[in-house]
Amino acid sequence: MDLELTERQRAFRAGARSWLAAHVPAAPLPSLETAGGFTAHRAWERTLAAGRWSAVTWPEEYGGRGASLVEWLLFEEEYYAAGAPGRVSQNGISLLAPTLFAHGTAAQRARILPPMARGEVIWAQAWSEPESGSDLASLRSTARRTAGGWLLSGQKTWSSRAAFADRAFGLFRGHREEGAPPHRGLTYLMFPLRAPGVTVRPIGRLDGKPAFAELFLDEVFVPDEDVIGEPGQGWRVAMSTAGDERGLTLRSPGRFTASARRLVALWRERAGNSGPGGACGAGDRGASAADGLRDRVADAVIGARAYELFAYARASRPEAGSAAGAATGAESSLNKVFWSELDIALHETALDLLGPVGELADDATDAAGGGGWADGYTFALAGPIYAGTNEIQRDLIAERLLGLPRERR
Amino acid sequence: MEFLLDRAQGEFGRTVDRMLGGAHTAQVVRAWARGDHGPGRTLWERLGGIGVTALAVPETHEGVGPLPVELAVASVESGRHAVPGPLAETAAVAVLLAALAGGDAAQVDPAARHWLPRIASGRTLVTLAAADGGPYALDADAADAVFTVEGAGGEELWLAPGHGRVQPSIDPARRLARPLPGGELLARGPAVAEAAGRAADWAAFVTAAQSLGTGLALLERTVAYVKGRRQFGRAVGSFQAVKHRLADVLIGLEFARPLLYGAAVALASAGPGARAEVAAAKVAAGEAGYAAARAALQLHGAIGYTDESDLSLWIRRAGALRSAWGTPSVCRARVLAG
Ligand SMILES: Cc1cc2nc3c(=O)[nH]c(=O)nc-3n(C[C@H](O)[C@H](O)[C@H](O)COP(=O)(O)OP(=O)(O)OC[C@H]3O[C@@H](n4cnc5c(N)ncnc54)[C@H](O)[C@@H]3O)c2cc1C
Repeated sequence: MDLELTERQRAFRAGARSWLAAHVPAAPLPSLETAGGFTAHRAWERTLAAGRWSAVTWPEEYGGRGASLVEWLLFEEEYYAAGAPGRVSQNGISLLAPTLFAHGTAAQRARILPPMARGEVIWAQAWSEPESGSDLASLRSTARRTAGGWLLSGQKTWSSRAAFADRAFGLFRGHREEGAPPHRGLTYLMFPLRAPGVTVRPIGRLDGKPAFAELFLDEVFVPDEDVIGEPGQGWRVAMSTAGDERGLTLRSPGRFTASARRLVALWRERAGNSGPGGACGAGDRGASAADGLRDRVADAVIGARAYELFAYARASRPEAGSAAGAATGAESSLNKVFWSELDIALHETALDLLGPVGELADDATDAAGGGGWADGYTFALAGPIYAGTNEIQRDLIAERLLGLPRERR
Repeated sequence: MEFLLDRAQGEFGRTVDRMLGGAHTAQVVRAWARGDHGPGRTLWERLGGIGVTALAVPETHEGVGPLPVELAVASVESGRHAVPGPLAETAAVAVLLAALAGGDAAQVDPAARHWLPRIASGRTLVTLAAADGGPYALDADAADAVFTVEGAGGEELWLAPGHGRVQPSIDPARRLARPLPGGELLARGPAVAEAAGRAADWAAFVTAAQSLGTGLALLERTVAYVKGRRQFGRAVGSFQAVKHRLADVLIGLEFARPLLYGAAVALASAGPGARAEVAAAKVAAGEAGYAAARAALQLHGAIGYTDESDLSLWIRRAGALRSAWGTPSVCRARVLAG
């Protein structure tokens, strides 16, 4: 057991670091959840792709570097440490691409992956429906057979970035046999967002950003080549996407270790905690409010480190591949709950340290403002809801990992 | 990078588990709590026989160590099986004596030569009182030698002449006593303080591993219980409030585990970051083990609150280990200092 990087891993990391140092924009880009920010982030994806850093775990033929999972973790660590922009292409790269590697055809990969890597086609995930959230299998949107393809109808909602994205992937119901369980007969399809029959209606989010959307589909034509896996077998394909979504790929440890470092810096600055000495031995003095905050800062550091080491342990497993990578079934539920709660705790602690200026949004013009914590906080609040709510994840952990009886649903 | 137990380490863990599984440890702990150390000492000799007590003792003194990863593996198992005795203190004494014997404090050499092979064999029990662990020596009444770190700045290492009356702990199987003053001065100087600091890290590390093991045992037992216990016509384990609480226990334990092994790797390289890594593992494992105990108690209902149920052995242990060798608060401060 060791945490020593190999020669090759060190070289990979150094390569990423120097490239990022030369290319990361000096000023932060506007939020990718806005129209202007979306365009700026597309350009950044192009830059990343030109350096072959946009999808490092993919095989070289699709624009990747064939990087291992450990290398990917190192890249992500460097990426967030460098303060690089959020990834507007995340749905495509971390959800759809692994699904295509596992269930797609060679032709689909060749057609879809390179433009995805270059940010030319940005993907949205169209799973949720107004009546189907946690109970995804109850979805009602339909795919009807037509010559050479399918006609999609229905309504999808809560689709991140769909207001500005190009294409989407989602599940649709074919005919359902009487008495068959609801997850039978679903088909996994990719469809255009700017085509006849599609209406995209933006939905304002809690943080006021306009990229969220609901989608109305009215007989939207999709050719056969845009079905992933077998028609009718969509549920199985979707569960592999869901594993990726909750697994490591959606939220690598890099962003949390970077946030934890910033939090410690903030704590030192705010609480005048320049040196180690005074902080020790609090147990003897009795606790003060400052100790309470200090403990929460420490817990955030511990949580980020735990997540990082958990990721390394998982990436060290013999069966951990590269591209499709980090999905490990029910275990991904452990991940999801852990990082989403860690993210909130990190940001809440930062806001408490900031005191009254903590509530200033990131675009407040007051220079004494929050230093980029407020928007992160508002976004962190969504973590326990998206990618399968934490209540559902806890059910999965209890039933699949602990073997507790299933609830009657 | 290869952050996984290798085959031999995994096999070692299973060996310790099998051995302890057949050792009726619940009876051993209960006897130990009454001050009857016979069965416990026999168990320690058997642990010595498969190398567990030699893991922190260097090869130059008839040990096999220092092997922190293997020590973590064995300590997790000892926690799972509620093995009584000064496991953390034994590791700490080994590290302390070995560090001093190898360094400038030449006068320790005879003591190291005398004690380290005996510790490694499992036939001799030692314990330690040092500032980081508080004023008491664990299981001093069972030990053949009580070491103390004393003096201004913790620069003196003594072999105590005996110990005071045993003070009850919240875990009756942890028998705490103050060492008597005086005895034999083994070493003095800044090297003692430094070695004692390192020893305390090892003690905290082993304590963290025991906490993790204690929590795993509590979770295993509780999962089995709630699957079988029926109320309102169904297994209580099918109720969501119960399931979610146990899911959280598993999350806590599974994220403490990598921290424990991260600390092991840091101790192996003895770098400056080791103290903070150990402290992080101690917080996470201590809190996870304690949360497991709270959940186990709650979900067993009144049975969990009885002394008769063996569950009580683990529940009380989890609470005591949480504060031994560094309370959560002290360890959190260390994480930020590191
Ligand atoms: C920021 C954000 C981004 C999102 N992006 C996307 C996207 O890009 N694409 C997409 O398809 N969807 C997206 N979603 C939607 C998300 O996947 C759903 O919100 C989620 O699956 C929950 O569904 P729901 O909102 O309908 O809640 P419901 O399923 O109605 O649940 C409401 C509450 O009841 C609880 N609950 C439900 N069932 C159970 C149960 N059996 N046991 C216990 N509690 C239960 C839930 O945990 C939740 O707390 C996004 C959501 C957010 C907040």
